[in-house]
Amino acid sequence: MNLRFRIFKNIMKQGFQGMWRNRGMGVASITSISAVLMILGIILILILSINNFVMDTTTKFDEITVFLEDDINDEQMTKIEEKAKENEGIVSIIFESKDQALEKFKEDWGDEAYLLDGLEKNNPLPNSYIIKIEEIAYAQNLVNSLKGLDGVEEVKYDKEIIDKLLVVADYIRLGGIIVIAILVFVSIFIISNTIKLTVTSRRREINIMKYVGATNNYIRGPFIIEGVLFGLIGAIISIFIVYYGYEYFFGLVNERLYSLFSVFLIAPTMIFTDIAIIFSAIGIGIGALGSLVSMKRFLNV
Amino acid sequence: MIKLVDVSKEYDNGVKALSNINLEINKGEFVFLVGSSGAGKSTLIKLLLKEEEVTNGKIYLNDIDITKVPNRRIPYIRRNVGVVFQDFRLLPNKTVYENVAFAMEIIGAHPREIRRRVPMILSMVDLSRKASSFPDQLSGGEQQRVSIARSIVNNPPVLIADEPTGNLDPETAWEVMKALIDINGRGTTILMATHARDIVNSMKKRVITLENGRISRDEQKGGYELEIPNI
Repeated sequence: MNLRFRIFKNIMKQGFQGMWRNRGMGVASITSISAVLMILGIILILILSINNFVMDTTTKFDEITVFLEDDINDEQMTKIEEKAKENEGIVSIIFESKDQALEKFKEDWGDEAYLLDGLEKNNPLPNSYIIKIEEIAYAQNLVNSLKGLDGVEEVKYDKEIIDKLLVVADYIRLGGIIVIAILVFVSIFIISNTIKLTVTSRRREINIMKYVGATNNYIRGPFIIEGVLFGLIGAIISIFIVYYGYEYFFGLVNERLYSLFSVFLIAPTMIFTDIAIIFSAIGIGIGALGSLVSMKRFLNV
Repeated sequence: MIKLVDVSKEYDNGVKALSNINLEINKGEFVFLVGSSGAGKSTLIKLLLKEEEVTNGKIYLNDIDITKVPNRRIPYIRRNVGVVFQDFRLLPNKTVYENVAFAMEIIGAHPREIRRRVPMILSMVDLSRKASSFPDQLSGGEQQRVSIARSIVNNPPVLIADEPTGNLDPETAWEVMKALIDINGRGTTILMATHARDIVNSMKKRVITLENGRISRDEQKGGYELEIPNI
């Protein structure tokens, strides 16, 4: 245990030394990692905000209205109710009578509600069931199961809007992931080149280490630590830039955005932890992977 | 200590470097390996260090068949074999002391042990006064002795020297030989590949001669019997 600890300490020491000696190129690596993570941050915030918007919107469309025929009898009504309950994801089933529907209408119309006066006697609105569901994904099955039942006049929900919205959100997410993947790849390449320079300049040392019987992990260790440190520093820098940058932008834009489109951006405090974790993980990952890639060739002796 | 059984090596490009080598070197021996360039000396050393894999045969080091050792265990094999090269291979930005200590740090030796052992080894090769010098402040002979000190600091039972005097003038070459003889006297088995006719002839040690990848001679108290090629 003691021996392992000493070896570990040696590797750590050499890793930090390597980073310091290599600081010129290190600045380049750190900058490129920061830049990549910043772009990633912007994409991430974009995706999260769009996600937020889509989620928000879909919950507004989580109702299905089943319009009933006027001459429906009790038996048919219970059957419809039972049939609906058989489906997954049902939150509530509420019966809305003609009269209630008219009341609602009046409320919605507010000051112009007087125009509806007199309709009570010959109410054109149908009785209906308003079925709330957990997620819009459950809607299609529910609609299919109710359509064509005796006493059902029509089943309505805003399928198309939601479907389009979901498709758009999917594309945006996919596009974001592709851009992120490309950027991560590029930065692995950049860091591996930086580390390769150190490795090359220390080839002699590595060669000697091998002949004296250093294990591959012992040789690789310091370079991986160097890469990880570059990645981590890059991540920390970009975390702060993205967070404070976004906070500023949020303060500037959120109110107006809401008043225009009734859409909220995702709040900066809500994403700080996520961004910190994701950035650190990616930064460290890029650093470690970059070093590993650049070391591969040198270890085959 | 070292035993080769029917060892052959053919490189990927078809060059046959060694054919059916059988060889046994006992503990404490001092053995010269001679042969013209291309005779297979370097290949033999590379096989012993497991830098290259044998095509056929077995190589035993301390009764372990190293041809069967998996790659990740190679470092542990190399800890039993000190190596000295013609070009010294010292780290230019480290002092003499640090160059030697480096070999001990790599295997995780205790700092107290390093502080005790490095000065001892340096005095063995007569370099105590130069402990804090950098390699470029030393003569060739001194540099080679630092390299020898580094190769034996972890106390390997075998020391392989690949033309250790190749870059040195005859006088400094003898400094290096004295260090090697001294180390051999303390029980380390030494295998030295060389072209230095004078050294081989005056040492009266075992000489193994390689020609075209085969052992053509193996004599106790032998001499450098290769003919000088007509140029």
